[in-house]
Amino acid sequence: MSTALHIEGLKKYFGAHEVLKGVDLEVASGDVIAVIGRSGSGKSTMLRCINGLEPFQQGRIRIAGHVLGEGPQNLRVLRTEVGMVFQSYNLFPHLTVAENITLAPRVVRKLPRARHDELVDKVLSRVGLLDKKHAYPDELSGGQQQRVAIARSLAMEPRVMLFDEVTSALDPELTGEVLKAIQELAETGMTMVLVTHEMGFARQVATKTVFMHHGRVWESGPSEEIFGNPQTDELRAFIEPNLK
Amino acid sequence: MIQDFGTDGVIFLARGLMWTLGLSVATFLCGGILGLIFALGRSLGPRWIRLPIATYIELVQATPLLIVVFLSFYGLPFFGLYLPPLAAASLALTLYATAFLADIWRGCIEAVPRTQWEASEALGLSGPETLRHVIMPQAIRISLGPTVGFMVQIVKNTSVTALIGFVELTRAGQLLNNQTFQPFHVFITVALMYFAICYPMSLWSEKLKEKRNVDSTAH
Amino acid sequence: MAYEMNFQPVLSRAPELIEGTIATIELSAKSIVVGLAVGLVVALGRHDGPRAVRTLATVYIEMFRNTPLLVQLFLLFFGLPFLGLRLSADEAAVIAISLNLGAYSAEIFRAGLAAISKTQVEAALALGLSKLQAMRHVVLIPALKVIYPALTGQLTLTVLGTSIASAISASELTLAGARIESSTFRSLETFLVLAAIYIAITIAFRILYALVGRLLFRRKVPPPSMRAASAFDKKEARA
Repeated sequence: MSTALHIEGLKKYFGAHEVLKGVDLEVASGDVIAVIGRSGSGKSTMLRCINGLEPFQQGRIRIAGHVLGEGPQNLRVLRTEVGMVFQSYNLFPHLTVAENITLAPRVVRKLPRARHDELVDKVLSRVGLLDKKHAYPDELSGGQQQRVAIARSLAMEPRVMLFDEVTSALDPELTGEVLKAIQELAETGMTMVLVTHEMGFARQVATKTVFMHHGRVWESGPSEEIFGNPQTDELRAFIEPNLK
Repeated sequence: MIQDFGTDGVIFLARGLMWTLGLSVATFLCGGILGLIFALGRSLGPRWIRLPIATYIELVQATPLLIVVFLSFYGLPFFGLYLPPLAAASLALTLYATAFLADIWRGCIEAVPRTQWEASEALGLSGPETLRHVIMPQAIRISLGPTVGFMVQIVKNTSVTALIGFVELTRAGQLLNNQTFQPFHVFITVALMYFAICYPMSLWSEKLKEKRNVDSTAH
Repeated sequence: MAYEMNFQPVLSRAPELIEGTIATIELSAKSIVVGLAVGLVVALGRHDGPRAVRTLATVYIEMFRNTPLLVQLFLLFFGLPFLGLRLSADEAAVIAISLNLGAYSAEIFRAGLAAISKTQVEAALALGLSKLQAMRHVVLIPALKVIYPALTGQLTLTVLGTSIASAISASELTLAGARIESSTFRSLETFLVLAAIYIAITIAFRILYALVGRLLFRRKVPPPSMRAASAFDKKEARA
């Protein structure tokens, strides 16, 4: 299987504080990677580095045929191939669901208007929200908004999808529908990196789980092994209360 | 007689500045008292009080201050009221400040959440007691920044009274310019004098507004 | 009260009043267009520009916000010729009022830029939009919506402020009124008529702002009751 994402020696500082202390990670295409760890372990920062939202000081990231960390890059092209879904949905409040979805295809890809409907229907049906096409974000529940955010990302047909704690802002009864949409996406063979607090979901859906601790990849491997047979004290301490 | 713009000129302008400050203080005091009454009437009074106050505020805010100044200076003598420029200026600025301060303070009173009234009522406080002990203290805190901000507007707007011949700072500048023919030097000096008064007040106003934002997010 | 009002002498000068009204609207419109453009550029410079640009923008904003418009007008009209730049009264008026509005609107625009959270821009960048595209499609309308009341309030003050331009005899309504007053001696009547015209102009501009607002923020969050009704309508229509 080919490599979709390769991170080598990634280092990132906020001022004098070193948040990422040399992260290495390899993701094959079709992989679903769960990144777990305490808050402040650097997992979200790493995710934001991957699509260029955060600059970093050392290391290299190779993703979808682009290399970050070797001089100026065309971040815009990279970002059209790497989708990102945020914790706080970040839908555009002044645009309808359909307009949220078609904004980037229209502005960046110059997709002709005649093909907008088809695209909207295609991505909305994948998250089960065909009937919300003309709604505005504030008319949707948090779970529905997050599913629209996923559909909006899909509309750019990314090769890799990044999910940044996408269920953390949701009420417990709404996380299920979002996780289901992600799981269905995983089953289509999409390469995904998910930063998540949902241990059960990580164990069930992710092919591989990465445990980050103090700005490093502390332990990683197939999800079953990480959760079933943790090797380090830190990982054990982290997952035990979560699995009870 | 053409004379040079020098120390004497600066002293002359400084005397004008004193009048600007005096007029500003008088305007703020008179406009403040009336504005407070209007603000309370506008936000808490019965309909027959709210409506005329709202109309007054709307009309003054839709009329140029210069026209209000002209009306009190040229208009009132026809009613047998002969006002010297100082009185006409104070009257016009008070009418103007009353409308704007009433509007600003009404907003501050209404910015205190409705639930505060309900909570006080539940505790057995009367309407006036609630106003005095619960609503006003909060409304005043909210109002500090915008009120100081409006003081800056008052100081600057006293300049309009120069156009009816009241010798405050701007009129002093015009008179001095007529004598010295050095308009650039004269009006730059005038501008700097206004700036020296207004800028610290603007900074203070910003600081008060920031402080309130910090307070309200901390809650 | 001995005085009896007589509006006839003033109203018989209607052509001058109309001309003055048109001149005031013209002066206002020009100043608003130029002033808002200046304000937007200055706000962007202060938001994103290099340090020197930010400092310059701040100095400009504070200078113009902390001195009277009348003094700014005098400086431009009487002061600049001494530096070799002679402006007509009308030109000086447009420039002074525009620069004044520019300083105020720059602050308002800045507040709008600050009100749109960074995460909205990030979401747009993550979709591959450029910074400029993100500004245009994601920041502009929501930011404008946040500042719209403050901005239109400032525009009203600017329109009323044009009356000050009569001090340098720029052509506008107050100057027309002053001429009528000095030849009819009907001061009270003249200035009452002027007040009425200014109030009418203010109302007209407010209606215009409301229309422009409706165009810019088409739909956007109707009150809850209406929303429930429209959701119901849609359901009905589908059924």
